[in-house]
Formats: sequence, C-alpha cells, structure tokens
Amino acid sequence: MSLLEVRDLSVSFAGWRGAPPVSAVSRISFSLERGETLALVGESGSGKSVTALSILQLLPYPSAAHDKDSSIKFAGEELIGAPPVRLREVRGNRIGMIFQEPMTSLNPLHTLEKQISETLFIHRHLSAAAARERTLDLLHLVGLRDAEDRLQSYPHQLSGGQRQRVMIAMSIANEPDILVADEPTTALDVTIQAQVLKLMHDLRDRLGMALLLITHDLAIVRHMADRVCVMTKGEIVESGPTAAIFARPRHPYTRHLLEAEPKGQAVPADPAALPLVEVDHLKVWFPIRRGLLRRIRGYVKAVDRVSLTVPAGSTVGVVGESGSGKTTLGLALLRLISSEGQIRFDGADIAETSQTRLRPLRRQMQIVFQDPYSSLSPRLSIAQIISEGLQVHRLAADADERRRVIEAALVEVGLDPSASQRYPHEFSGGQRQRIAIARALVLKPRFLVLDEPTSALDMSVQAQIVDLLRELQIRHGLTYLFISHDLKVVRALAHYILVMKDGEIVESGTTEAVMDAPQNPYTKALMTAAFEVVTAGQG
Amino acid sequence: MTGSPDPTASGSAIRVMVPNPLVPDRFLGREITPITRRRLDNFRANRRAWWSLWIFLVLFGVSLFAEFVANDRPILIRYDGGFYVPILRNYSERTFGGFLGSEADFADPEVVRMIRAKGWIIWPLIPYHYDTITHAPGPYPAAPSAADWLGTDDQGRDVLSRLIYGFRISVLFGLSLTILSSIVGVAAGAVQGYFGGIVDLGMQRFIEVWSGLPVLYLLIILASFVQPNFWWLLGLMLLFSWTSLVDVVRAEFLRARNFDYVRAARALGVSNRVIIFRHVLPNAMVATVTFMPFILNGSITTLTSLDFLGFGLPAGSASLGELLAQGKDNLQAPWLGITTFIVLALMLSLLTFVGEGVRDAFDPRKVTR
Repeated sequence: MSLLEVRDLSVSFAGWRGAPPVSAVSRISFSLERGETLALVGESGSGKSVTALSILQLLPYPSAAHDKDSSIKFAGEELIGAPPVRLREVRGNRIGMIFQEPMTSLNPLHTLEKQISETLFIHRHLSAAAARERTLDLLHLVGLRDAEDRLQSYPHQLSGGQRQRVMIAMSIANEPDILVADEPTTALDVTIQAQVLKLMHDLRDRLGMALLLITHDLAIVRHMADRVCVMTKGEIVESGPTAAIFARPRHPYTRHLLEAEPKGQAVPADPAALPLVEVDHLKVWFPIRRGLLRRIRGYVKAVDRVSLTVPAGSTVGVVGESGSGKTTLGLALLRLISSEGQIRFDGADIAETSQTRLRPLRRQMQIVFQDPYSSLSPRLSIAQIISEGLQVHRLAADADERRRVIEAALVEVGLDPSASQRYPHEFSGGQRQRIAIARALVLKPRFLVLDEPTSALDMSVQAQIVDLLRELQIRHGLTYLFISHDLKVVRALAHYILVMKDGEIVESGTTEAVMDAPQNPYTKALMTAAFEVVTAGQG
Repeated sequence: MTGSPDPTASGSAIRVMVPNPLVPDRFLGREITPITRRRLDNFRANRRAWWSLWIFLVLFGVSLFAEFVANDRPILIRYDGGFYVPILRNYSERTFGGFLGSEADFADPEVVRMIRAKGWIIWPLIPYHYDTITHAPGPYPAAPSAADWLGTDDQGRDVLSRLIYGFRISVLFGLSLTILSSIVGVAAGAVQGYFGGIVDLGMQRFIEVWSGLPVLYLLIILASFVQPNFWWLLGLMLLFSWTSLVDVVRAEFLRARNFDYVRAARALGVSNRVIIFRHVLPNAMVATVTFMPFILNGSITTLTSLDFLGFGLPAGSASLGELLAQGKDNLQAPWLGITTFIVLALMLSLLTFVGEGVRDAFDPRKVTR
C-alpha cells in the first residue's frame, strides 16, 4: 500500500449561475511512496495546484466538487469526505504544505516563533518552553542563521529565501509523512533557489518524508525528482521515472515541453554601429527619512553611478537578482522616474528635458513590462490599448487608417487581427505579452526597454516570445535593453551583458565573454546557479 | 472502475460556456465588458436588493409625479365644450362663470358646482396639495378618516399628501447631494492620489481640519441671517459631505498610479489628464459606486434631522423631519409619528438593501448562488 494513493481524481468548479461546471482536473491517478520525490510538471492552468490543494481538501468547497469516483487515500484512509476534525488532524501534522509565494503565506502580524509554534501547540500540545526549543531546532534545521535572534522577527524583516525557509520549518514542524511543495522556488532568485532545493532534498532524506513537488521548471525536476507526472489541461498525459521521461518522452506534449527552452542566440550586430543610448553616472537614490523633522538620514541606492552604452541595432542584456536595480535602471533611462546623471538618446541629452518636451521622443523609446496581466488596462479593448499611442502622437490620419495600422501591428506580433475588439482577460499570458509588444511597436520605436518580458510566462511561451523579439529586431533594426534574471533567455537574445548587484554594474562585456569566462565572483555564482541547478546528490 | 448506472453522473464531457466574443454584450443599449455583465448578474441574483431597487424606483417614480397624485387642483376639467388643465395652468374664476377675476379655488364647493353644471372634473387620487388646509372637522391634528386617509397634521394639512411630497424632496435632496459630493470627492481624491507628495499631504491636513468644523452650529448661524431653502442647505451640506469619498478614491489612485498599464501609458507620452480619466478613474469607480447608496442614505437622514430640529427647509414645506417633529409634539395623535416613521424606515431600508446588493455585486470574492 502506498503512502498516498490518488485514484481517478476529478475536480470541477461550479459554473457561474447555472452555467455548466468547469473541469479543472479530470481522472488523474498517481501514488507516492515514503522517501520518494514525485514531481507534477505542467504549465500554468494545467491543474497542478488544484491537485495539491485537493490532497489536503483545501479547495473552496462546495463551489469546487470531486467526482464520486475520486479517491485520495492517505496511508489507507480516504480523505475525500473525511470529517473536518479528522482533516485538521492530518493537515500540518501528517501532510505539510509549502506555498509558492513566501511573501504572502506568512502572517505579517505574527513573529516567527508564534507562527511556527502554532502548529506545535495545535497538534502536539507542547508547553511554551518545549515549543520554543523545538522551534529553534527547526530553524537550525532549515539553516536560518542567527535563529535565536530571529525568533522575535516579523516576516517583513526577512528576505524571500529566509521566508521560504521559515515556511519549510513550519511545514515540517510535526515531521509530516508527506511534504507538498507547490512551486516552492518560483518566487526566489536563482542562487537562493538552489539553496532551498538542496534543503528540501536533505530534509526528505533525513526525515524520511515523501515529497510531492509541483513545478513548471524542468531543470528542477531533472535534479530533484525520482518520478515525474506530466500534466496538461487537467490530465496526466505521461508518467514514469525521471530519467526515462527525459531520455525518451513519448507523449507529444512532454516532447513539446522539453524542447521549449529558449534557444538560439542573437544574430551578430554591426560592431561599428553608433551608440543610440548612452548613460553616464546615472544615479537613482531614494532618500531615507527619519525622525520628527523627516531629515534625510541616508539613501537607498537603487542605481548607483551606472554608465552604459547601447549601440544601435543591438541588444544589451541587464542581468541581476531581485533588488539589484535592473528595473529602476530601465525606468530611469526612459525618464519614467527621476534620476541624476546624463542620459543621451541619439546624441541629445534628455536627462533634464521636461516631460512635455520629451513627448515627441517617447515615440522612439518604448517599454514592455514584466507582467502582461497588469500592463494592459482591463477595461479597454485591444484596439483602444494599441491606438492610445497612435492618438497621442497623431500617427494615423483617420479611424480607417488607425484600424489598418492596429491590425498590421497585431499580425506583426503573430495575433489574429480580429482580436482587436476583445478585452485583455480573454487572452493568455503569452498573447497578452504579444499585445504589449504590439502597443510599443505600433509607434515604430527605435529603442525598446524589455523589462523581464518573459518571466511571467510558461517555458514554451517564453521561447516563442524570444523568437518573436529576435525576428522583430532583425526586421526593424530595433535596439533593445533586455532586463532579465533568467540567464538562459538573456543568452538567447543579448549581444552584450551587464551584471548588476546592489545598484552597481559588477561586470560587463559581450555575451560570450561574460557567460563563458565570468570574472567577478558574483557573476560566477549566478552562472553556476542558473545553468547547473545545484542540489544534494549532484552538488 | 465500476459502471455507473447514471450516465450523466460522472465521466461525461463537461461543457464550458464560452461567450461569443463577436456579439458584444449590451446593457441599456451600451456595450459592456464581461466584468460589468458579471456584476449586473450578481446584483440581479441578489433577490432582496433587486426587489428593493424596483420598489424604490416605483415609489420614487410615483413621487416625482406628486402633483398628479396629490393636488388641490383637478387634473382635467370639461366645461362648456372646452378642456381645461388646472394642474398645469392657472384659470380665473370667470372662466367657469364666476364673478371674481382671481384664480379659481377648486376647493370652493360653489366653483365645483358651477363646473359640474356644464361638464365634469377629474380629481387627483388625493385632492390635497401638501399645503392645502383640509376641511376635516377639527380639532387638528384630526384622526384618519375617509377624506384624509392618514389624518391631518396640527395645521389641518393632509398627512398622506405631505408624506408623498416629503418623500420626493428627501430623495431629490439626497440624490443631488450624493451626486455633487461624489463628483467633488472623486476629483479631490483623484488629485491627491495621483500626484501624491506635497499635494496629498497638504490636502489631507486640510480635510482633517475641515471635517473638524461643527456643521450644526454653522447651520444654526446661517439660519439666523438667511431663510435656508433647498439650495442653501444643499450648498452648505456639500461643503462638508464631499470629504466622505476622498479617502477611498485617494487610496485607489495611490495604488493604481504604480500599475504597469499606467506606467505604459506614461511611456507612450499620454498626458496626466487622460491617464486619470481613462486608466485610473475606472478603478476608483468601484469604490465610489459601492459607497453611493450609503451616502444617499446619510444625506436623506441629514436633511430629515435638520428639519426635525427646525433648522432645515423653510416652514410650511413638506418634509419628513417636520412631520416627525409634529409627531413628537402631538403624542395624542399617533398617526403622525407612526406613519412618518414607517415611511422613513421603508425608504432607508430599501436603500440599504440596494446598497448591500451593489457592494456584494462588486465584490469579486463573493459568490451569490
């Protein structure tokens, strides 16, 4: 008998007002043994997280419902329809869960000690002193430095990686038999991601747990999982030992997923091209004000004395972890936030130009944002979104011409022109990102700041967007500033790379030079973490 | 797998309803987004709010035509082969064969007799205007009778007629005050939230000081040197009621101005004015619309309490507050207090139910079933 046995699990959500129910997961089966890591892999919307939540019966019942054939047996005991009291005994005690977003899965109002010991009080009825001791043990176990001092810290005082460690400590507090990890590292930087994965791997071995790992990242699966289930559209299409699946994928979707990594590299740019954008000693400092009189006591140096040159027709990749000032640099370049220092666009200094005088130049420099869900106004149709720039810069003589230009832009980014009358929510993430690119491109800009345009997207969609960007660059001779934390994507697109850390550029050079022979220790660590996913057993 | 006897129970293909994107959804002739459609459906699904809205609209609709429901002038007169509409136009008594050149008094039995002799009269349902002195046998306030269904007040005026007119003026005052203070409040909140910084700080401190002013004393002072009427009261209340929406709108703007699509618009070179109206304001409207029915309730209550205290509408105007005050002064005539109380309670409850429905309809997490 397996530790966890899921048979014919189906989940459907009630439709809106008499509409038929929407199926999220249909008839999936898998089992999990003690000491084993099983990975559920799939792109967003494939039903991975819903599956994880059904195991703990945490879905919003009764608007979510299981088919009557569905069965989830934990150590032989049926969990579907189990009384709430019994379920509470299992949750957090026998089955632990780690959520994706460490920022929101800890209660901001409670100290670490309180959050971790809560589950000890509930399930183990420990005394306060014993709970405190156990909490300290757990924090040591998950490798949180200065655990004693951290007990009274609040979540906001910790970094993302530290928070995820605390989440793990909470979920293993009662030595569960199963740990369900729902995208545990997606919100983390690559170097921290490697540490957290290694920690989970170690803990699994040390505590003899079973690990159910839910992720979209194949690199993680390859290094962590013993067995893999590939999910798409609510069904498991292929499952088996990790090595076998990676070596001989049988289902077309698995093959598609494996081939989806962004590939190729930038087409060589003209090395003698004139610089289109030059930045000299750019500073973006946010003042820290303290005290009664709000005197400035110091600065957060988001971007500190950065100088860079972007030659026309080429791509400069800006790489760094979250908080390194990449996005701030991009916004400052376009004068969307205030900064100090020189910014020269096509020879003219625009650092001091007023916003009104800047308006004609806005046409030539555009930006594409990271999250395609928040960068399109939900209340405007696609045509309205794309035509906004045309209207500001009076690029179309009349409504007819505007419609033609919009449709041409949609075709250019690979969308059906009939889409123009729809609203953003009717499109997938990749399609929305194409719309955002069309909004920028319709102005025929020369310079495009791409702020992590692929990181909110699924792997296979990322590859498509990268291909599209490369194609557009060749066709229109565009100049890109490509901001990303994902080195694979950067390698596929950039001619030059800047590595940023704490607001400063620590290394720069051509893509080959930086990727193949990094000089700076930080760059080296970044490269290792990105291309070799270090985990226990392999590292 | 065991075969299920009911073929529809499980394993059957589950259909997903896909709205046809090519046929735009319309409401009152305007194209609406699916979000709006969802909210409308949500509101309609809330039966209490839906019915409350209709009952209120019918009551308000009827009261808007109060002159045709309760008036001391006939709606239509047929006299000597011609038609006369006294409800809309003034006629002298001579028109109907009398001796006086003054305006015909249709409460005068002699005038009625003269018209009846050569034609007929159609009276409104209640033959009293709100300021008509009825001919009910005293002493006033007179108890309900066949002529005065809800009795008369202490000056011999028909209570039902006064209620209808009072309801109308309350709702109209409430609506005007709500709409005007929403416009001012949204504008102020928008400016604060969008520009932030010193503008925000300055206006917030101003609002704090401003809302500390004692409104009631100002009204009492005002009442001592002008005769407050509808417009005076509206203006004065507006000076203080606009602050209620500022906070929510400001918060929405503070949030929305950092949205990527607002940044994208700025990168496109779109002007601040267009960004505010086109990109940010629609977000703030959710909070505004949610608050509106409650502000309306508050406005109505304010007018009523001012009238009750005697600092409201000029003496003699139909008002619910004044009727309440009469009820308090004439405890021996319970029809005054009780009927006014019922009307007020009904109106405020209906509006609260509608408000709750609107609030829930805009709440994305709430699922009405």
